[in-house]
Amino acid sequence: MKQTIKVRLWRWTIISIVAFYILVPLYAMFDFSTKPFGFADKGRTFRAWQMIGEQQNLFLAVTRSLITAAIVMALILFLVVPTAIWVHLKLPLLRRPFELLCLLPLAIPAIVIVVGIAPLYRWISINLSESPITLAGVYSMLILPYTYRSLSAALDVVDVHTLAEAATTLGATISRVIFGIIMPTIKTGIINGSFIAIALVLGEFTISNILNFKTFQVVIAQIGRSNGNVAVAVSLASLLFVVFLLLIIPTKKRQGAVLDVDLA
Amino acid sequence: MTQLQYKGTGSATGRTGSQYWHSKAAYLGVLPFLFFTGIFLLYPTWNVVSGAFKDNYNNFSATVLKAIFNDPIARHAFGNSLELSAKTAIIGGILGGFFAWAIATGKPGGVFYKVAVAISSALAQFGGVMLVFAFLATFGFNGLVLTFATRFLPTTFLADASWLYTMNGLAVLYTFFQVPLMVLVFLPTLENLKPQWREASDALGGKYYEYWLRVGIPILTPSFVGALLLLFVNSFSAYATASVLINLADFLTPLQIATALTSETGGSNPAEAKVLSFFMVIVVVIAMTLYALLRRNVSKWEQRR
Repeated sequence: MKQTIKVRLWRWTIISIVAFYILVPLYAMFDFSTKPFGFADKGRTFRAWQMIGEQQNLFLAVTRSLITAAIVMALILFLVVPTAIWVHLKLPLLRRPFELLCLLPLAIPAIVIVVGIAPLYRWISINLSESPITLAGVYSMLILPYTYRSLSAALDVVDVHTLAEAATTLGATISRVIFGIIMPTIKTGIINGSFIAIALVLGEFTISNILNFKTFQVVIAQIGRSNGNVAVAVSLASLLFVVFLLLIIPTKKRQGAVLDVDLA
Repeated sequence: MTQLQYKGTGSATGRTGSQYWHSKAAYLGVLPFLFFTGIFLLYPTWNVVSGAFKDNYNNFSATVLKAIFNDPIARHAFGNSLELSAKTAIIGGILGGFFAWAIATGKPGGVFYKVAVAISSALAQFGGVMLVFAFLATFGFNGLVLTFATRFLPTTFLADASWLYTMNGLAVLYTFFQVPLMVLVFLPTLENLKPQWREASDALGGKYYEYWLRVGIPILTPSFVGALLLLFVNSFSAYATASVLINLADFLTPLQIATALTSETGGSNPAEAKVLSFFMVIVVVIAMTLYALLRRNVSKWEQRR
């Protein structure tokens, strides 16, 4: 596309304004995290960055969050995806109600879900377990709309009915049709869903904070109260890590997935 | 499968009988899903909606609902929430919209495009704890800009960190995740503008600004408004950022809800939390319905999403 000088000037003005707004806080984080603290240091120090390694709580929280994400993914794979395929194949009447149910979390902010679900989690901590991993239940509901969207888009592209009929004629059982035939064809949609699950579980603060679970974000907030430099270093490190991940994941797959998370 | 099994279903011909039975049994397949969503989604929703019409002793009454509707503190917080969300949606929408245009006019798939999209994706979810730390490191005590300002611009508001804890400060923080979100939402729309429209405008002698004024802006307006609605809902629902930065109950509705739910001084008031939540849901449902209506018009020319 041929661009006049005026258009280019506009373009670069806008880019510099936004870049300034976004990059200054990021640089400030780096600056802050390398500032000396305590009595020992002068000038620049990377002690805060080294101290990330000493944060036991943080690593426990990350491990637990990853386990939670794995459970959320399992719930999606063995509960949501098969149900979506089942409804698509066998129950055309239920398609609309199923869609509405899946999109319901969009109308309910996380803070409202906490209000509704607090009694349930009180019951769960008393009778079942106090582990933050139990949050997998409510987290899988939070990502339901995004899973549903990427799934239904994938299911619309593939001719599921023909596939299912062909497989059944050849003698496949229904579970084989769902797990062996249809799920591999909508792999991209499922991978997107898993990506969303990890992003959501690692980034969630509202529900875990109010219900008093020590998840990744809650622990970072705690560290921030005792040692600002370390907390800023952790924040910057995880942000850079995410940007790095996003750069190496192919654009096409990623854009859809990430776009969906943001509306959470 | 023998006919005998379906004897009881009462159909005259074996075939339809088996199909009838089959489709009925198929409904059992959704039971596990329904059970799960019933516990973790429908129960909480019902709990909030029905709880809004109950008092703290589980009796049905609209007294709490009315009391909070007329409560000046709750109204103030709700007004703050609406104002903050509208402001940051508009500012974030304009800045993000222009930035998306700047990305779209560059080389598609180039380095700038890739980096800009990756950073936007990461920052759009940056809200909450980490965002607050970023801005405290910038404008807070001992922060980069504050240190700079105390030395060179001691008379400006930047030399004092207290502005960060006001509505305007919060708006600056919220805009930080609204801009990238707008980029993510609006970039696909801009990329779906057909180059033929531009070519047609050029061929007929239209200038660049004329193309935007007569073609681009009219065609993008519904998508733009839709994106603003999403941004509005995004910051209206946000809790983490405000709670880490300013934990004042009467500042924003989400903070008030959290305080009503967890108050450690014995002032816990679940009925109040439910009523406030109910009001929030009403606002979000209105915004999302408008969004859905707008999308329906938009999808006529924009097939991808």
